[in-house]
Amino acid sequence: MNFRAVRAIYLFEMARTWRTVLQSIVSPVISTSLYFVVFGAAIGSRITSIEGVSYGTFIVPGLVMLSVLTQSISNASFGIYFPKFTGTIYELLSAPVSYVEVVLGYVGAAATKSILLGLIILATAGLFVPLHILHPWWMLTFLVLTAVTFSLFGFIIGIWADGFEKLQAIPLLVVTPLTFLGGSFYSVSMLPSGWRTVTLLNPVVYLISGFRWSFYEISDVSVVWSLAVTFMFLVLCMFAVWWIFKTGYKLKN
Amino acid sequence: MSPIISVSNLTKSYASGFTALKGIDLDINRGEIFALLGPNGAGKTTMISIICGIANATSGKVMVDGHDIARDYRAARSLIGLVPQELHTDAFESVWATVSFSRGLFGKPKNPALIEKILKDLSLWDKKDNKIMTLSGGMKRRVMIAKALSHEPQILFLDEPTAGVDVELRKGMWEVVRTLRAAGVTVILTTHYIEEAEEMADRIGVINKGEIILIEEKTKLMEQLGKKQLKLHLQTKVTEIPASLAPYKLELAADGNQLIYSYDTKSERTGITSLLGDLRESGIRFSDLDTTQSSLEDIFVSLVRK
Repeated sequence: MNFRAVRAIYLFEMARTWRTVLQSIVSPVISTSLYFVVFGAAIGSRITSIEGVSYGTFIVPGLVMLSVLTQSISNASFGIYFPKFTGTIYELLSAPVSYVEVVLGYVGAAATKSILLGLIILATAGLFVPLHILHPWWMLTFLVLTAVTFSLFGFIIGIWADGFEKLQAIPLLVVTPLTFLGGSFYSVSMLPSGWRTVTLLNPVVYLISGFRWSFYEISDVSVVWSLAVTFMFLVLCMFAVWWIFKTGYKLKN
Repeated sequence: MSPIISVSNLTKSYASGFTALKGIDLDINRGEIFALLGPNGAGKTTMISIICGIANATSGKVMVDGHDIARDYRAARSLIGLVPQELHTDAFESVWATVSFSRGLFGKPKNPALIEKILKDLSLWDKKDNKIMTLSGGMKRRVMIAKALSHEPQILFLDEPTAGVDVELRKGMWEVVRTLRAAGVTVILTTHYIEEAEEMADRIGVINKGEIILIEEKTKLMEQLGKKQLKLHLQTKVTEIPASLAPYKLELAADGNQLIYSYDTKSERTGITSLLGDLRESGIRFSDLDTTQSSLEDIFVSLVRK
């Protein structure tokens, strides 16, 4: 195991975060605060509590997940796409590193960023609404698991994309709608029964539900299901990454 | 001594059907400077990319110091430094950071003293904190060389190292390459500039349309194919060569103002002395003379055109 290489890639990627700290950390915090002002304070004040939790408090886990999901994907996809775009990837490919090390470096850095971001957003939320976390360790587990899984997913997108348009397409056209429809702002039980069934096909529902459970012990689906679905997606992404490096797909041909 | 790089029957075909390499066999000797010449699209970069791990081969085998590049890629790659042809740099990184990154990526422990030396040798020391995007093209090229040297490779690939580089810098790079060879590093360079191969290389390989068409020691190549010409600038024009001079197989050039005599420097007698004597007897006077040796360029052009 070439740990020095993992460290080099990880630190390189983290340096990129600090360099673009405004874009990486500050802007998601601002947009989350805006959600709180609009949904939490303005609209939320007219909404009765959901399962005993005030609306403003209810949306906190969903909002954190929304940012963690989108930022994991965008950080990781950009992190690996950019060297492909500028050509500096030659060095990575010619270095004595295994794909596991490459993935650890890139995905590790992307996940670190989104975990930090999630925690910052959580702290920001604490300024707007009273927060209580019933299962802090489960909360962290879901946070880390989601950050890692979606950073992997972003990494795959970054390798697959051969233009900036493709790089944006999946996050904008697939992930954002799935997240908004994944119960960030509502409980699945509030939907008409037909839509409730459809919604259960959305993997993000499971993430948000599990995460919210760790806060308030209220969930749309059982926690076991939430964990199982997240793990399934993680394994799927790992398999895809393994295949990419085995075949050299879009990297070595 | 066993070759440091051994390429056997290497092929590369693309999905489009284009075959970039058609069964390359090549051995690179330890410690030599090997120049790979060839026109654009001959397969030079493709071959280097495969040896360095950037592209997958379609078939064939490459051993680097006894390590198979596919099976034992870690050992093989850690011996190789690569300076690609295109200027690929991280625009926002500082020179120091990017060179240190390369060393880490190759699994070597930090060594600021070594990186300082490399940057100084390449005249980059005063730019170490500059962002790469602020550097000139020649400096970026040197940054890429510094990155490749940062992990102390045994083998250095220089793909067109002096393309678009001014004369002074080019000479500076040759100096760097010579120093490396003195330290025992094997250098493989590809170039369009025949002058560069002629100046630097121990051995020369010519690749054309995905095939190696010649591998030879530079000096032997020059001897075998190199002939010398004696050019006589005449005082007065001649219309035809006198019969008495026929054995010399002279050529008339420049509208009869020049006579050209080709001879072999290796033969016992070049025939120059007797030619000059015979010229005098036939009353041909000349104002000046010069000799030229056919350059590698002439050899190269004649090979590729075949």
